[in-house]
Amino acid sequence: MAPALCANCKTERALIKRPKNHAKLCKACFIAVFEDEVHHTITSSQLFYPGEKVAIGASGGKDSTVLASVLKTLNERHGYGLDLVLLSIDEGIKGYRDDSLETVKRNAAQYDMPLKVVGYEELYGWTMDQVVETIGKKGNCTYCGVFRRQALDRGAKMLEIKHVVTGHNADDVAETVLMNLLRGDLARLSRSTSIVTGDSRSEVKRSKPLKYSYEKEIVLYAHHKKLDYFSTECIYSPEAFRGSARGLIKQLERVRPTAILDIVRSGEDMARLVPGESPSSCACKGQKRAAMAPAEDDVGGCGSQNGRTPGNEMAAMDKQLRENEANEGLEIDVGKAMSESKMSGSEKQRDLPIRSGNGASKAVPRQVRGNCKRCGYMSSQDICQACMLLEGLNKNRAQIQI
Amino acid sequence: MSAATEAAAIPITVDFSGGLEMLFDNQRRHSVSLPAVDASGKPATIAFLIDHLCRTLMKDPRAELFVLDNHIRPGILVLINDADWELEGEEAYEIQPRDNILFVSTLHGG
Ligand SMILES: [Zn+2]
Ligand SMILES: [Zn+2]
Repeated sequence: MAPALCANCKTERALIKRPKNHAKLCKACFIAVFEDEVHHTITSSQLFYPGEKVAIGASGGKDSTVLASVLKTLNERHGYGLDLVLLSIDEGIKGYRDDSLETVKRNAAQYDMPLKVVGYEELYGWTMDQVVETIGKKGNCTYCGVFRRQALDRGAKMLEIKHVVTGHNADDVAETVLMNLLRGDLARLSRSTSIVTGDSRSEVKRSKPLKYSYEKEIVLYAHHKKLDYFSTECIYSPEAFRGSARGLIKQLERVRPTAILDIVRSGEDMARLVPGESPSSCACKGQKRAAMAPAEDDVGGCGSQNGRTPGNEMAAMDKQLRENEANEGLEIDVGKAMSESKMSGSEKQRDLPIRSGNGASKAVPRQVRGNCKRCGYMSSQDICQACMLLEGLNKNRAQIQI
Repeated sequence: MSAATEAAAIPITVDFSGGLEMLFDNQRRHSVSLPAVDASGKPATIAFLIDHLCRTLMKDPRAELFVLDNHIRPGILVLINDADWELEGEEAYEIQPRDNILFVSTLHGG
């Protein structure tokens, strides 16, 4: 086979076949177009303002490393005027973070960015090793994911930073859309597609500038730019992806690569059907500014700051979510929910019943956006997921001590 | 070309990254002497290489992290001399001397 030439410059040898449109590009053109597309996402969603201090949730893995590299490049090239900081979470898993934290430290030097590391121990009084000692290995990824979510917010707060960006990519978003579709949970599906999460009450805004970037292209970008990243599976997470939503996404991509962005777009379109949920999308389609969605349920799995949810983990998380919903159903104050949604200026509620979770046949009112009574973090329930999990853990510890 | 050279092996380098090095002795780069032809006498292809790596080089029993249903596991990228294997004929590509084949997983933490 004669080597194909780049469809863009028509001089260099094509090395990349883009999953989104099958375009064959050379290395330099691919890097340029990848960066341009992230720039387009950032400007069309008006993610940043000049002078903004932004923390990059950094795990040393491919997604956050590429995010840091691209943001540094774009910040300089287009004069965003951002003050960029790397923020890393130490879950307290002996040995697991040693290498990845070393990678983040090197990234901090390579990108000339300050680095802040926050540990689960200082935030929650529990390291993940202690959690596993208490509850065993099963289901611990749920804890890790719930704790990680708030950890970035709390770390950002310590640094007095109001905006955290994460490396969630198109595959991550597609996976979440599929999982929520399988659960019949349109409300969560809608929130998961938002590029910006957090609302006026949350002190920290979160966004995902790589939302439309294929994981494949992120890995190729890292490879061709020779970025220094670290990859390992969390030692507590099950290693097989077979039978998981993630595995399904990858198989779909193999058959038809555009499937991933198609699922993301479908998720955004479905989000528009949810009353009061404002989906984000590229401003080229009309929106002025990406609307924020409450982010409390944007729970990642393990192994990174991204949601990785292997098979039996999915079942564990599913159970957890169902239990939370059961509690929520008892606690919810319909009147309050209605007045709150008016206060937040969201569009008039339509009479479309939105089911929440596992095919529950009752129509549930929109979740109340409030704050956790214990820790003060944004939560749709009286007590946030992290505090609920901590309560269980602390009871366990007390029992063990007796 | 004599029969002796035909029976010879093709020298190539094989790289693993993105977490796959775990399955291959925690080593990123391997020099491999690949038999020039497979059992049925056909020239060595990527498909043959994958099979060869599983039989001779993999140190980890979890072969399913590399191969599923006799094909490379979805989510693992294959680069042939830095080019996406989709541009080179995928499994049917015939291995040439001094080729560099990179297997990189996209499935590990981000
Ligand atoms: Zn080009
Ligand atoms: Zn709380």
